[in-house]
Amino acid sequence: MIVFDKPHALSDAPLHYCPGCTHGIVHRLVAEVMDELGIEGRAIGIAPVGCSVMAYDYFNCDMIEAAHGRAPAVATGVKRSDPNNIVFTYQGDGDLASIGMAETVHSAARNENITVIFINNAIYGMTGGQMAPTSLPGQVTQTSPYGRDVSLCGYPIKVCEMLSQLDGPEYLERVAVNNVKNVKNAKKAIKKAFENQVNGKGFSLVEVISSCPTNWGMTPAKALAWIDEKMIPYYPLGVYKDRSANQ
Amino acid sequence: MSEKVLMKGNEAIAEAAILAGYRHYFGYPITPQTEIAAYMAKRMPKIGGTFLQAESEVAAINMVYGVSATGKRVMTSSSSPGISLKGEGLSYLAGADLPALVVNVQRGGPGLGGIQPSQSDYFQATKGGAHGDFHMLVLAPASVQEMAELTVKGFALADKYRMTSMILADGTMGQMMEPVSLDFETEQAPEKPWAVTGTKLQRKHNIVNSLFLKPEELERTNFERYERYKYIEENEVMYEEYMMEDAEICIAAFGIAARVSKNAINEARAKGIKVGMIRPITLWPFPTKQFAKAAETVKQFISVELSMGQMIEDVRLAVNGKAPVTLCNRAGGMIPSPEQVLAAIEDAAKKGGN
Repeated sequence: MIVFDKPHALSDAPLHYCPGCTHGIVHRLVAEVMDELGIEGRAIGIAPVGCSVMAYDYFNCDMIEAAHGRAPAVATGVKRSDPNNIVFTYQGDGDLASIGMAETVHSAARNENITVIFINNAIYGMTGGQMAPTSLPGQVTQTSPYGRDVSLCGYPIKVCEMLSQLDGPEYLERVAVNNVKNVKNAKKAIKKAFENQVNGKGFSLVEVISSCPTNWGMTPAKALAWIDEKMIPYYPLGVYKDRSANQ
Repeated sequence: MSEKVLMKGNEAIAEAAILAGYRHYFGYPITPQTEIAAYMAKRMPKIGGTFLQAESEVAAINMVYGVSATGKRVMTSSSSPGISLKGEGLSYLAGADLPALVVNVQRGGPGLGGIQPSQSDYFQATKGGAHGDFHMLVLAPASVQEMAELTVKGFALADKYRMTSMILADGTMGQMMEPVSLDFETEQAPEKPWAVTGTKLQRKHNIVNSLFLKPEELERTNFERYERYKYIEENEVMYEEYMMEDAEICIAAFGIAARVSKNAINEARAKGIKVGMIRPITLWPFPTKQFAKAAETVKQFISVELSMGQMIEDVRLAVNGKAPVTLCNRAGGMIPSPEQVLAAIEDAAKKGGN
């Protein structure tokens, strides 16, 4: 008897992620949701530049690799080409909140009917651990070796809070994947973000607080604990906007 | 003969694009091409198409990338500073072998430059225009009629070769009004089995991508692409010859510079000077063979340009030292007058061009 199987929407390609990285969990959640909603056959995913650049190999649906930060613009094109497409972007914090901030804000403002999975691990992973727009005050990275000095490099950007000020977006929620309870909540949020698109409701973004043990310089277990200790207090979990809930 | 209508060059591009089956346009306002966006904004909603004013040129070209990945015909337009911003997307389109039509109604530069006509994006358009080894098909209209015709042709070429076609116009071409016939053959877009249209759970997933981390693999894609370019250079060159039969002086000019040069050539001919013109219609692929052939008999070449001399480098390469090539130019939004070109022709004649 099979009690635990791989989702159909997840390919057999071995993931290249570091040990303890939470990308694998989020990939699985997205794939499970595609299976449950029966949308894999009309889903088109947009991979970012960053650690998940090769996400196009990991999902069995049609995939596009976008330029750094441009995934929401590419997704806009794909969705406008055929509104029957189920279009999602999968982006990290550098991609979505730094170089691609304009694309993020404007696709949200247009209430573009797409689903955005936003991985916030407070660091640039792929390039070896540089300061991200979401790196915490005082956080040591390769490009903030003495800790993020907010007087020099400003404050972290709270994406859900910021976007919630716009009239455009349908749904914004921040979740985490550092324990079983949080993973279950993350799954619910991701499912809702896809259901919203299926139902034509509009821009839905799920920010997933994730870990990067390699570049944080921690064991995987310590990194998960650091999410509770440092990340979540700065980035509180919860729903920041849900238009349908307010109706 | 079909009915002609009076149109601005920019409007002719927009209407021709619609006739060629384009239903998706993404752009950002910039002078002197904004009429294209305005025209699309009016027409697209009425024919079930998409007009979207993007938040930036960067976003617009990436929306183009998205639509093209789904296999549909798509275009954007801009002017020089905006095309620089689109450079990133142009490189990604090339890397992913996606077809697109991009219109550049050039203005003077560098920097913010001005808003008057220019041809100073020749290097950018013909030599790649962004990072990596790649070319675009570059089409240079010299009339409103050609603005329309080359738009239709540009779509067909883009689809055929899976690359970007660029209409390299200038502010004059965009703004001037001429009678134009919009009665031309349009080709259906070919099948695109590589497009991301959803697997329907019936096939392996398609991936549109320009990332190849293994250098051997990336090299292979580059060599394959340049095989295609070689074929295009052999088969897609377009040019017009004007009074070249007995010409001893040959003008090289495209776009508005060719229009001005024709007037100067007519005046010079009336004075008995044997002068003609080769007008490249495709700037890439460049009519290298035609200039090389002309160099067997022509004694002097004059490149007439609205730039500090960019196309002249390709003319010199083609002429390969067989005859002197001089520049007759204005820059920064200025247009050479027929008198200036005539003076250049007379000067060449005095030096023994005749």
